[in-house]
Amino acid sequence: MPDEVKTEYKWVGKRNPRPDGVDKVTGRAKYGADLYLPGMLTGKILRSPHAHARIKSIDTSAAAALSGVKAVVTSADFPDIPKSPGPHGPIIFDFRDFSWNMMAFDKVLYDGHAVAAVAATSESIARQALKLIKVDYEVLPHVIDPVAAMQPGAPILHEDQITEGADEKTAKPSNVYRIPRGEKGDVEKGFAEADIVLEREFTTKAVHQGYIEPHACVADASDDGVELFCTTQGHFVFRSACAKILDMDISRIRVTASEIGGGFGGKNNVYGEPVAIRLSQLARRPVKIVMSRDEVFRATGPTSGAHVRVKIGARNDGTITAAEGEVTYQAGAFKGASVGAAVNCMFSPYDLENAKVWGYDVCVNRPKVAAYRAPGVPMAAFGVESVINELADELGIDPVEMRLKNAAKEGTQNIMGLKYGPIGFIDILEAMKAHPHYSAPLGENQGRGIAAGYWLHAGGISCASVNVSDDGTVTLIEGNPDIGGSRASMAAMVAEELGIDYASVRPIIGDTSSVGFSHLTAGSRVTFATGMACVQAARNAIKVASDRAAKIWGVSEDEVVWEDGHARPAGANVGDHKPMSLAEIAAKAPMTGGPIAGHAEINATGQGPATGAHLVDVEVDRKSGYVTVLRYTVFQDVGRAISPDYVEGQLQGGAVQGIGWALNEEYIYGEDGCLQNPGFLDYRVPVASDVPMIDVCLIEVPNPNHPYGVRGVGETPIVPPQAAVVNAVGNALGIRFNDLPVSPPKILKAIKEAGG
Amino acid sequence: MAKHHVTTTINGDETEFLCQTEQTLLDVLRDELHLTGTKEGCGTGDCGACTVTIDGRLVCSCLVLGVEAEGHAIETIEGMADGDTLHPLQRNFIDMAALQCGICTPGVLVAAKNLLERNPDPSETEVRYWLAGNLCRCTGYDKIVRAVMDTAAKMRGA
Repeated sequence: MPDEVKTEYKWVGKRNPRPDGVDKVTGRAKYGADLYLPGMLTGKILRSPHAHARIKSIDTSAAAALSGVKAVVTSADFPDIPKSPGPHGPIIFDFRDFSWNMMAFDKVLYDGHAVAAVAATSESIARQALKLIKVDYEVLPHVIDPVAAMQPGAPILHEDQITEGADEKTAKPSNVYRIPRGEKGDVEKGFAEADIVLEREFTTKAVHQGYIEPHACVADASDDGVELFCTTQGHFVFRSACAKILDMDISRIRVTASEIGGGFGGKNNVYGEPVAIRLSQLARRPVKIVMSRDEVFRATGPTSGAHVRVKIGARNDGTITAAEGEVTYQAGAFKGASVGAAVNCMFSPYDLENAKVWGYDVCVNRPKVAAYRAPGVPMAAFGVESVINELADELGIDPVEMRLKNAAKEGTQNIMGLKYGPIGFIDILEAMKAHPHYSAPLGENQGRGIAAGYWLHAGGISCASVNVSDDGTVTLIEGNPDIGGSRASMAAMVAEELGIDYASVRPIIGDTSSVGFSHLTAGSRVTFATGMACVQAARNAIKVASDRAAKIWGVSEDEVVWEDGHARPAGANVGDHKPMSLAEIAAKAPMTGGPIAGHAEINATGQGPATGAHLVDVEVDRKSGYVTVLRYTVFQDVGRAISPDYVEGQLQGGAVQGIGWALNEEYIYGEDGCLQNPGFLDYRVPVASDVPMIDVCLIEVPNPNHPYGVRGVGETPIVPPQAAVVNAVGNALGIRFNDLPVSPPKILKAIKEAGG
Repeated sequence: MAKHHVTTTINGDETEFLCQTEQTLLDVLRDELHLTGTKEGCGTGDCGACTVTIDGRLVCSCLVLGVEAEGHAIETIEGMADGDTLHPLQRNFIDMAALQCGICTPGVLVAAKNLLERNPDPSETEVRYWLAGNLCRCTGYDKIVRAVMDTAAKMRGA
C-alpha cells in the first residue's frame, strides 16, 4: 500500500484529544482488576520460597476442605504439553515454557514460582487456604548469575536443554539455550587497521518494567466456552496461549482486553490467566486473580541482567575500523532472553565495514524474563556507547563528531544485512550539535553525557474494521490494546482517509471474537501495522461508499472519486452530480445494498528502524554520591508523529525509565537465591522529584513504506539513557563506570578509590 | 467474625457499608462499593494509585482500614467532576496529554487537586515533591507537571 507520503493533514500530526480521555480522568475506565461478576470467587496463587527445588509432593486436602474454598489446582490439573519452540501459527513462543512457568510441574525454578492455586468465596479464606497447602520440597543448588551458570558443574535447570548454535556439537544438557551470531566483513583485518583499540567489560542488573497496574484477570468458564477479561498487551496471543496450555480449541475462548495500566513488554505473556480459567472450570463460577506487587516483582517480567564485552578499533580520525561484541544475558527460568535483538541492534546506528557479535541466552534461577522496551538492546548499547565515548576522549574528538563520522545513513547495511531506507541518524546528531543544550556551560561537579540508540521495530499481523453508521459517523474496531494513546492515532488516520471529523470516529478495541487476529501491542508496531490496517479498512469502506454513489447517479464505478470526504464525479463528462458526503451516502445505504463498511486483515512489512540520541547534564554530590539530573534532551527520528503529544510522551517516559535503570534500579538477591527487594519501597523507580523536564526534539524522516510515514517510536528512547547518564556522571567526576546501576554507594566507593 | 457497620460520607453521599476488620479503605471502596476508579498498584503505600482524601487530608487508602472511615468524609476520583463538567485538572490532563496508560491518573489527579487547594501557585519543585508519592511509569512526569502548573495558572486567572 505504500504511496506518496503527504505532509499536510487535517488530523494527522495534530494534538487531538484522546477518545478515551474522559473515562481515564474520571475513574470510569475499566482496568484488569475492575470487573466484578455475580458469584465471583477470589483466586490466589501459592509460590515457591526456594530458588530451585524438586517438588516431592503437594498435599492440598486441608485447603480443599476449608469452608468457602471452591477449587484447588496444582500442575496435575493441567495437561503436560510437549516442548515446542514454535512457531504456532503467528506466535513464536514455546507454550510449554509458559505452562511450566504458570505452574511448576516437577521443579520450582525460582523464588516466586507458582506451585498451587485456590479459588474461594473471599480473599481472607483464599489466603487461609494457601497456608493449608503442604508442599514437600527437596531443595537443590541454585545459580542466579549467567556467567556462573555457564561453568562446568553449575546446577542445571533443564535436563532436556541442549545448546543451539554452539561451536562444537554436544549432547550434554546446558543452561545456555542458544548462541545467536551476526557478522559482517573481517574484524581481524579491521582491528589490524586501527590506530587505537579499546576493549571493555560491562555489567547491568535485572530491572523490572515497573508498570503500576499488577497483572489481573477474571475468567468465567462453562461447557459452552470461556470468557476471559484481563490486562494484556495482546488478547489474541493470550487466547492462543490459554488454549494451548489448557488443550482447548482457540475459538472456545473469548478474551476481552481491559484497559491496560502499563506493560512495556511485561504483559506479553500469560501468568495467572490459564490458572483462573482452570479454577473457574472446576468451581463453575467466575474467578478473579489479581497479583500483589510482591508477586509482580518475584514472578513476572524483569529484563535480563547482562555481562557485555565490547571491543572497538578506530583510526586517529575517528573512523571505526572494526567492532566486536559479546553479550551474556539472564533468561531467567526459561529460555528467551533478547539476545538476538542485541546482536541485531547494538552496532546498528553505525555504518561499519567489519563487525561481529554473538550472545548467550542463559537460564538461571530467576523469574522468566519478559520483553522490556527495545528488549535486549539497552544493556548492549550501554557498552557500545560507553566505549565510543571513551574512544572519542582518547582521540580528542568531540563525541558527536565521532558518531557523525561513523553514522548509518540511507543505504547502510547493518550486521544482519538490513539495508536502510531513509534514516535520520545524521539529522539527529546535527540537531544535537546545534542545540543550545550541547554548548551550555557546566558548573562544579557537573558533567554532560551523550549516547545514541537504535531499534529495529516490528510489523506483523493486524486487523481492523470500519463500520459506517447511517448518520455517517464511524465505529473503528481494531485488535490492539491502547497502552499509551493509540486510539487517538488510529482515529486520526481513519478520519483523514474518510475526510470526516476526528470526533466522528469512535475507535474500539475489539475482543477476540469481533475482529481478526491482531498480534501484540509490542515492538512499537501498533501505529505502524495496525495503523496500516485501519487505513486499508477505511479505503475499503471508501470504495464501497463510492460505488454506492455511482449506483445512485447511475454511472459506472470508475467514474466516481473520493475527495475531501465526498464522492464526486470523476470528470465533467460524468454528468452534473452534486458531491455526496459519507453521511448522505450512508443514509441511503439501506436502499443501495446495505451498510457501508470496510475491513482489512494484513501482515504488515516495511517497518522502519528508529535512531535516537540523548543529551544529559548531571550534578554529583561528592558527600552522598547522589546524582541530580539537571537537564535532559531527547533527539529521535520518529518517522511521522501521528499524535505528537503521545510521541513526545513515549520519548519522555522511555528516557526516565532509562534514568532509573542507570542510577538506582536493580533486582537484589540474597545468598539463598531469593529476591530481597520485591516492592516499590526497595525497588525504587524514579519519582517526580527525581527528574527534570525532559525536552524532546522530534526529527521527522518519514518511513516510505507506511501511508503516513510511521516508523514506530516507543522502543528507541530507552536505549541511550544508561550510557548517556553514566557518561555524564563520569565526566562530572573524571571517573569511568562500567557497572549499572551507578548508585550512590558505587559512586562514593569510586570517589574514595580515586583519592577524592 | 461479625462484620463492622460503618457510616461515612463518600463524594458527598452518606454511605453505609459492612466490612471485615482487616479490609482496608481501598478494599472497601473497590470490593464492597465498586468505586473502582481508585486503583491498587502496590498495597503498601508506595505508589499512590489509591490516593483519596479523608476530611481533606491526602492518604493512601491502602494504608487506612475501612473501619477508620467511620464518621469521616472521603473524596475519590469519582467525586472530582461536577456532574458532566470536568474539574479543570481533569480537562487539562486530557488537553495536555498528561496520561498515557492512565492507571496512575486518578491518584495523581486527587493529589494534584489537593495541592492546588492548599497552594494555588506552586513552583515546579513544589509540584514535583507533592507528587513524589504518586508513581507514574509511562510519562516521565513531564506532561503531568506541566498540566498541573498550567491548570494552577488558569484557575488563578479564572
